[in-house]
Amino acid sequence: MTAPSHIRNFSIIAHIDHGKSTIADRLIQVCGGLSEREMTEQVLDNMDIERERGITIKAQTVRLNYTAADGEGYVLNLMDTPGHVDFGYEVSRSLSACEGSLLVVDASQGVEAQTLANVYQAVEADHEIVPVLNKIDLPAAEPERVQMQIEEVIGLPADDAIPASAKTGAGINDILEAVVTRMKPPEGDVEAPLTALLVDSWYDAYLGVMTLVRVRDGRIRKGMKIRLMGTGATHVVERVGVFSPKPTPVDELGPGEMGFINAGVKTVSDARVGDTITEERRPCTEPLPGFKPSVPVVFCGLFPVDTNDFSGLREALEKLSLNDASFSFEAETSAALGFGFRCGFLGLLHMEVIRDRLEREFNLDLISTAPSVVYQMTMTDGSSFNLHNPADMPEVTKIATIEEPWIKATIMTPDEYLGPVLTLCTERRGEQLDLTYAGNRAMAVYRLPLNEVVFDFYDRLKSVTRGYASFDYAIDEYRPGELVKVSILVNGDPVDALSMIVHREQAESRGRAICVRLKDLVPRQMFKVALQAAIGGKVIARETISALRKDVTAKCYGGDISRKKKLLEKQKEGKKKMRQFGKVDIPQNAFFEALKMGDG
Amino acid sequence: MSKAAETPLALYIHWPFCRAKCPYCDFNSHVSQDVDHARFAAAYRREMAHMATHYGAGRKLVSIFFGGGTPSLMPPSLVAGLIDEAERLFGLSDDVEITAEANPTSSEAAMFEGFRAAGVNRISLGVQSLRDAGLAFLGREHSAGEARSAIMAARQHFARISIDLIYARRDQTCAGWVSELREALDLGLTHMSLYQLTIERGTVFHSRARRGERLVPPDDLAAEMYEMTNDIMTGAGLPAYEISNHAATGEACRHNLVYWRAQDWIGIGPGAHGRLTVPAGRLGLATRRSPAAWLESVEDAGHAIDIVTEDGRADSIAESLMMGLRLAEGVSIPALEARYASRAAHLDETALDRLVESGLVEIGGVQLRVTPAGRLLLDWILADLLPG
Repeated sequence: MTAPSHIRNFSIIAHIDHGKSTIADRLIQVCGGLSEREMTEQVLDNMDIERERGITIKAQTVRLNYTAADGEGYVLNLMDTPGHVDFGYEVSRSLSACEGSLLVVDASQGVEAQTLANVYQAVEADHEIVPVLNKIDLPAAEPERVQMQIEEVIGLPADDAIPASAKTGAGINDILEAVVTRMKPPEGDVEAPLTALLVDSWYDAYLGVMTLVRVRDGRIRKGMKIRLMGTGATHVVERVGVFSPKPTPVDELGPGEMGFINAGVKTVSDARVGDTITEERRPCTEPLPGFKPSVPVVFCGLFPVDTNDFSGLREALEKLSLNDASFSFEAETSAALGFGFRCGFLGLLHMEVIRDRLEREFNLDLISTAPSVVYQMTMTDGSSFNLHNPADMPEVTKIATIEEPWIKATIMTPDEYLGPVLTLCTERRGEQLDLTYAGNRAMAVYRLPLNEVVFDFYDRLKSVTRGYASFDYAIDEYRPGELVKVSILVNGDPVDALSMIVHREQAESRGRAICVRLKDLVPRQMFKVALQAAIGGKVIARETISALRKDVTAKCYGGDISRKKKLLEKQKEGKKKMRQFGKVDIPQNAFFEALKMGDG
Repeated sequence: MSKAAETPLALYIHWPFCRAKCPYCDFNSHVSQDVDHARFAAAYRREMAHMATHYGAGRKLVSIFFGGGTPSLMPPSLVAGLIDEAERLFGLSDDVEITAEANPTSSEAAMFEGFRAAGVNRISLGVQSLRDAGLAFLGREHSAGEARSAIMAARQHFARISIDLIYARRDQTCAGWVSELREALDLGLTHMSLYQLTIERGTVFHSRARRGERLVPPDDLAAEMYEMTNDIMTGAGLPAYEISNHAATGEACRHNLVYWRAQDWIGIGPGAHGRLTVPAGRLGLATRRSPAAWLESVEDAGHAIDIVTEDGRADSIAESLMMGLRLAEGVSIPALEARYASRAAHLDETALDRLVESGLVEIGGVQLRVTPAGRLLLDWILADLLPG
């Protein structure tokens, strides 16, 4: 156990690619947490997808032993936090377990939208914030300009910002020294009853459910009988340890310390994040303030391409949910896509990450429907419910109002791209709240309907700003909207997977766009096929696919038999991937392709 | 008499050499100036002997077909020698059909007499077009005039002459093709193979098409041309007996009928295929494709078979349908079931009902047939009809 005066708990706030994880790696290296040989790039991002995408998804923690300039040994607990908007709840969680933050800003890029949101959260959590100007070794680095930006945009004093380079190692010692001298030590009473925050929990294939805790008062040790105040469940602590960064057993954790425990908890959902842990024999009186639970805001259907993979998909989802309680799933049947699941996610990136992991780690071939948001439906009979799937939309006559979620979005962009960004926001029914400049960067704050954002907003924003804009949002409020369900009909039969809820004004153009797109995706049939978009019984767009005229091998002799067979196999293979709509065969990927399209 | 002996047997001889490679052709053909004819002759004999011993089983041949490549580049003495050898090894049926493919150039026409003397009784001329522009597009070495002369020359030696024409070429109009076809009909032949141009992998046309060049008309126009062709040919007394083959009554190519009826044939020469009925189903044989490798293997082992496949009954029935539905006569389901001693439960019955209902397939007595309306959609129909 270390005295609180010699503990510092801190997290790192940074935009994607600004070097958070590499700075963290350097800190670990300097403190001797890992040998050269054990240092793989970005130690903390231990999921493949995290490494590949250069993002952190789960909060990670590591304990560093640092001997400061004053000659004293300190324990520094570093919590690496996710940098992406979808994982904002993880950020607030890790921030509440720390007393200080490093604000890492790329000296060649400047402050980005997301950084802003996270810094404000840290300020709210009463953190001492130490700005770090990373990548000063780059020729394009402009530390003075970025320093000014931090002061102007964020409103944080940046005189003593630390110039650093995770690449060359410059400034790393200054950072460690600043953590010790500028950040507050944790407070806590070792004699008081145990009060610890359950920061995170996850499933480890070897160790079972791991629980990351931050002790406020008292101490937690092996053999102790603990109580989870939220669930009321009691467990005996089997193992106490810290990440250095490998899991290393310790005797006990005291006030201000961070580490993990194993306590015979069966599932991750039993170790609820934000819960307070106390001692069964001598409980504390008040639980710690928890976190707002994370609620899925984006939904989509996930279906196996091969219908035989359905049970495999179920197992995979169950396994993934062991470690990520933030997504939900329930079985769904679609006439177009067969058996699958309706899944809820924290955002679009979260959705992509889960999808990627399902395909990669579980070897599944999936198609997904267009993401949709949660609508609050109020019916004429006074009842109300949340609608997760456009296909479940009730009859229009029975609906009193539909409310949709709006977000408050912050977009930062080089001012040369501001025009197209504002146009994009306006097209997407945005309402401007604020527009400010800092140097040659503009910051626009908009209120936008979330359903406009899940529909390719990121892609469009990236393309109109050549990737230079950054974007962050927070869920704002529900508002009634002029929303309608657009159904897509193939020869008169509605295709459930393609129905969508859109604003009335956009119904026609969206419907037309899907029909046009489908026209290229649905192969010609033996007869004419009508593609229609309709609101209720009213057709708002129509395209026609003329009948197939020719599909024959002109020349076929003896030598050709094996080739002809292969051709036939291929054709049959293709047919297997078709779904039948009345008499019309539609390749499964046509749905996906039709859904993937943008406006243009 | 055993079942195998009831099935007619044909012999295919592949001559892989050409003077030039045509941009549309994906057959096993090679351009070579100096072919050692004596060595090849010996190798063909050895491989024929091997096949006769192992797969001939004392059965007479109903047909011999010299294909290629350009078999009209073979010395007539080689052709004569191989026919004699086939007669010695297998025996020939009384009405044996012996076909050679030939290019309609003057030099090859000069060989016709020798071919006739060697025993060839049917000639198939690769005319491809009666328009010089069409021939140039197809990369052919002869002119339309030369082709007509070659047909005249062939008449003096052969009672049975067929020509190949390729249509649905780039920029071809319906009217243009109709007048070309009528001129071809005026030649008074009893067999014509009329192919729509298709772009095959590994050809010059394929790479040109991949670079974005349009070499064939849109499907709708091609379909119209096909239907027009069938009307004209039927009117002229040469209806389609197969998707792309037209003949007067009794003039169908017997050799190709062996393929389409999924009967038995042996193939010799580089890249030749053979298929034989065996108790379990069908045996497939293929020889090495490269002429040099083939030659070496035959000299070494007596044959150059390098791929042997064995199809069970279901696959064999599939082959019969795949090939047989190309024919206007269709496929006799009871005969098929009897042949493989297996119910033809290898058809998707619901698909069949649907296809019959939409008029693409018909059942006349015991024959299952694709209707004229269904012909252009045969591949689609097969994929529907044959269960996964």
